[in-house]
Amino acid sequence: MKAIRYTGLLLFLFSFFLFLGIFFMSSYTLSREDFQNIVKPEHQELLADKFDNIIDQEYSFSIPFVNAVNGAIDENNSQMRAKQQWNKVIYDQYASSLTRAATHGLIKEQTTMLFILVFVIGTIGALMYLTPQVKLAGPAGIKNTGIFHNALNNRGWLGISIGVLLVTFYILLYFFDAYIMNWIILVDLIQKLINPGAQASQWFLYGFLYTFSVLVMGIRMIIKYRQSKYQIVRTLSVMFFQTAFAFLLPEILVRLNQPYFDFKNMWPLDYDFFDAWHINTLTSAGGLGIFMFAWGITLFAVGVPVFVFFFGKRWYCSWVCGCGGLAETAGDSFRQLSDKSLKAWNIERYLIHAILVFAVIMTIGVLYSFITGSNTMFGIDTYTYLRKPYGFLIGSMFSGVIGTGFYPIMGNRVWCRFGCPLAAYLGIVQRFKSRFRITTNGGQCISCGNCSTYCEMGIDVRWYAQRGQNIVRSSCVGCGVCSAVCPRGVLNLENKDEDGRFGEPILIGNDGIKVEA
Amino acid sequence: MSKIVILGNGIAGITAARHIRKHTNDSITVISGESDHFFSRTALMYIYMGHMKYEHTKPYEDWFWAKNKIDLLKAWIKTIDFDSKKLITSTSEEITYDRLILATGSQSNKFGWPGENLRGVQGLYNLQDLDMMETTTQHVKRAVIVGGGLIGVEMAEMLHSRGIHVTYLIRESRFWGNVLPEKEGALIDRHLKEHHIDLRKETELEEIIDDGKGSVKGIKTKSGEVIDCQFVGLTVGVRPNIDFLKDTSLEIDKGILVDEHLATNIPDVYAIGDCAQLKSAPSHRRPIEAVWYVGRMMGETVAKTITGTPTKYQPGIWFNSAKFFDIEYQTYGSVPARLDENHESFYWEAADGKKCIHIVYEKADQKVTGINTFGIRMRHEVWDKWLNDGKTLSYVVEHLPKANFDPEFFKRFEPEIQQQYNEEYGDSIIISKPTFFQRIFN
Ligand SMILES: Cc1cc2nc3c(=O)[nH]c(=O)nc-3n(C[C@H](O)[C@H](O)[C@H](O)COP(=O)(O)OP(=O)(O)OC[C@H]3O[C@@H](n4cnc5c(N)ncnc54)[C@H](O)[C@@H]3O)c2cc1C
Ligand code: SF4
Ligand code: SF4
Repeated sequence: MKAIRYTGLLLFLFSFFLFLGIFFMSSYTLSREDFQNIVKPEHQELLADKFDNIIDQEYSFSIPFVNAVNGAIDENNSQMRAKQQWNKVIYDQYASSLTRAATHGLIKEQTTMLFILVFVIGTIGALMYLTPQVKLAGPAGIKNTGIFHNALNNRGWLGISIGVLLVTFYILLYFFDAYIMNWIILVDLIQKLINPGAQASQWFLYGFLYTFSVLVMGIRMIIKYRQSKYQIVRTLSVMFFQTAFAFLLPEILVRLNQPYFDFKNMWPLDYDFFDAWHINTLTSAGGLGIFMFAWGITLFAVGVPVFVFFFGKRWYCSWVCGCGGLAETAGDSFRQLSDKSLKAWNIERYLIHAILVFAVIMTIGVLYSFITGSNTMFGIDTYTYLRKPYGFLIGSMFSGVIGTGFYPIMGNRVWCRFGCPLAAYLGIVQRFKSRFRITTNGGQCISCGNCSTYCEMGIDVRWYAQRGQNIVRSSCVGCGVCSAVCPRGVLNLENKDEDGRFGEPILIGNDGIKVEA
Repeated sequence: MSKIVILGNGIAGITAARHIRKHTNDSITVISGESDHFFSRTALMYIYMGHMKYEHTKPYEDWFWAKNKIDLLKAWIKTIDFDSKKLITSTSEEITYDRLILATGSQSNKFGWPGENLRGVQGLYNLQDLDMMETTTQHVKRAVIVGGGLIGVEMAEMLHSRGIHVTYLIRESRFWGNVLPEKEGALIDRHLKEHHIDLRKETELEEIIDDGKGSVKGIKTKSGEVIDCQFVGLTVGVRPNIDFLKDTSLEIDKGILVDEHLATNIPDVYAIGDCAQLKSAPSHRRPIEAVWYVGRMMGETVAKTITGTPTKYQPGIWFNSAKFFDIEYQTYGSVPARLDENHESFYWEAADGKKCIHIVYEKADQKVTGINTFGIRMRHEVWDKWLNDGKTLSYVVEHLPKANFDPEFFKRFEPEIQQQYNEEYGDSIIISKPTFFQRIFN
């Protein structure tokens, strides 16, 4: 058994480092032919002499190649700007398509083999490492042994390294996709399987890796919490929604010439839902497009209040949502790193609601421009001052780079806790109009602290439990882990009558006095 | 403004301090030699096992104390001069008080075994014990634990989590034999085996063997068997931590004797928590109850008395809980290890042998007096009410779904239990058939 585990780990590490290695693997030579096929004729003229020393030149690494291409275009642009020849400034993004064409080597010749070595062998390795735990780690039960002795889970060198790697990956993904063309090419094959006419983009790569992580780490989650059916069902649910709704269905829709649409995503998390281009795409795509538009609006306008009323915000955050899905699977190893201090809670409340306000104002601006056709609202350019900064600061930096990159440092729900405007909205409903609460079991709490430690949202669950109070907090995503790790059976997620949610604490046992909160 | 001093920053002392602060502006000082801040003693095992760090076991953040004007003092008290109302620290400093609450907790028992002071032999009660255990178990391969109680099984789990082989000696014929009835004991025995704990029943310690350099190298049992080990955990119970008060005018027996207001024989001096012994305990409770909840309830009560509302300590229905490796245990009311002739019981065990409930009732009128539940969580509120109201066995079994506290989606065992009850008692209570939604959402 142990041998299987270690072999699995070796296989996985092999695949992992091969994947990293692929980044450095190819050589890049841009042929004149490709240049002529890809670059628009009017731009070819402008760029011809600047590309002279790029074409047919061999680069052994993507970064200098991409920089050379962008450098040539920038040079042209600054010259043209200097001459005030605005129509000759090039805004087209040629870097990725040129890089893709210029890429030579193993990644193009042996894509399938490399894909198998990385993802198939990687999966086999991961499963060989994970599944023997069913036997090796002893009978089903809470398995948090060694978490705070471990370099991965306790901000040790391994955790920090993974954090750095993730942050780097996100920055490349969002802002420098041409650099990571090798990885994009690697998943072409899956893209073609779903949609033969398409070519993988960085977003496809991202979606694929994301789903892959949710699935593999979902299996880990299920093994780890196999004593709890709540955890099993919930994990299967996020695995399903990520794979079917976030990854496959939108691609299939594209193949059917329908708009790309993720039926489970919603505004304001999906912050470009009301962008003019998006509304236009949907409304001009016939019946299904209109339905999608109506669905998206119904989901947040009706779905949220109704479902949160009956089940709490958990129906979305820890059963359906993709961000939640990743946090609950790949992020499970880091849930204990969330900050439980009152200070963190104060920051959280200001920040997340400020972002909700920002999202609403941004959307109003965007919609105003869409409806009136004017680029400015109260003299403010809605794109430059609202939509663009929102997309960069919140959409990319916060939700991606910090939200996921900081898993090993600040826990797996940094984004959900401090940043997500949808979570803020769901939370307001949960706090004020919902049947959901975590019930404290009379006087049984021994203040051990397991619940607070493992609450990924940084809720000091023990604070309430030890005084016999129900836990009603807007941020609680209902992951149920506090209830699972509690060694005394104190906590239970329940949907019950709204009355009594905030009732007086019941600390049963002391008949002599009634304890106030 | 009078000065209230509380000796002991455990659950008892801290609860008293918090509740006193709610009602007065008097100065409050909490003294302890063990730690700067209140932490959860019940979580010691989780620190060793790496589930948590020490910080996580502190129920209140460090700013909490200053904000609530509760002064904390880290010092060991050597003795108390009750006549001049002074505590004297180990560095001979004096601390005066107007009113004093003693909440000094417990200490581990030792029974004078040969070798019990060797390196690698220890109990587990406080942070210092934990530190010692961390150091002495670094390279240990085999350990022996003596004494079958809750701390013993926690120590077994701790050592096991570090891959140390554990031999577990218990005097009785089953685990925790003086508290658990036979079947529950057997259930835990099996679970310990499943975790490869080498349980030796009816085995007593004779001596602990020196390796010649002052460390333990093994133990010898009363039957003469020698077991090699590099660590011995002595978990043969705790006793009130009051040795330093022996030669004072304070009335003590096993613990500090208190009346129903938790007052000692000396005016303005109270005792609460593990160290207190009730002079006249209510019939359903014992004079010394060294559990977390009792410390908390006594703290709540004494705070009332001290702040001007004299209040009697009136503990209600007994309850407790524990976890044996993966199996959770809760108990409400009284389920004795051996039934007397006036009581009978109903026992159900799940097919996997890891869950059971055991309900004890009075023979005469079927009134339920207590329940043990293993592997199924029960609602404290419901059981408290049922036991107070004197519900009968058939009522309780029929309404069992109301008491269930397991998470959503968990398998529900009530139909099985009710079926068995009907068969055994020739009764015909209605078997609960939860609807789909009821089954999913409790
Ligand atoms: C490992 C372990 C697990 C446990 N698990 C459970 C459980 O699951 N459920 C349960 O109900 N109970 C459990 N208990 C028992 C429970 O922890 C105790 O009943 C409870 O902590 C007692 O609280 P207390 O406030 O009376 O005393 P303590 O918590 O012992 O606090 C007394 C404090 O006073 C200090 N002190 C004493 N004398 C002096 C002095 N002379 N000078 C300075 N300071 C002094 C001590 O150092 C100590 O810090 C467990 C105990 C242990 C050791
Ligand atoms: S885990 Fe359970 S016993 Fe421990 S502090 Fe939380 S609610 Fe209390
Ligand atoms: S309070 Fe419990 S259920 Fe809610 S987020 Fe925290 S751990 Fe999850």
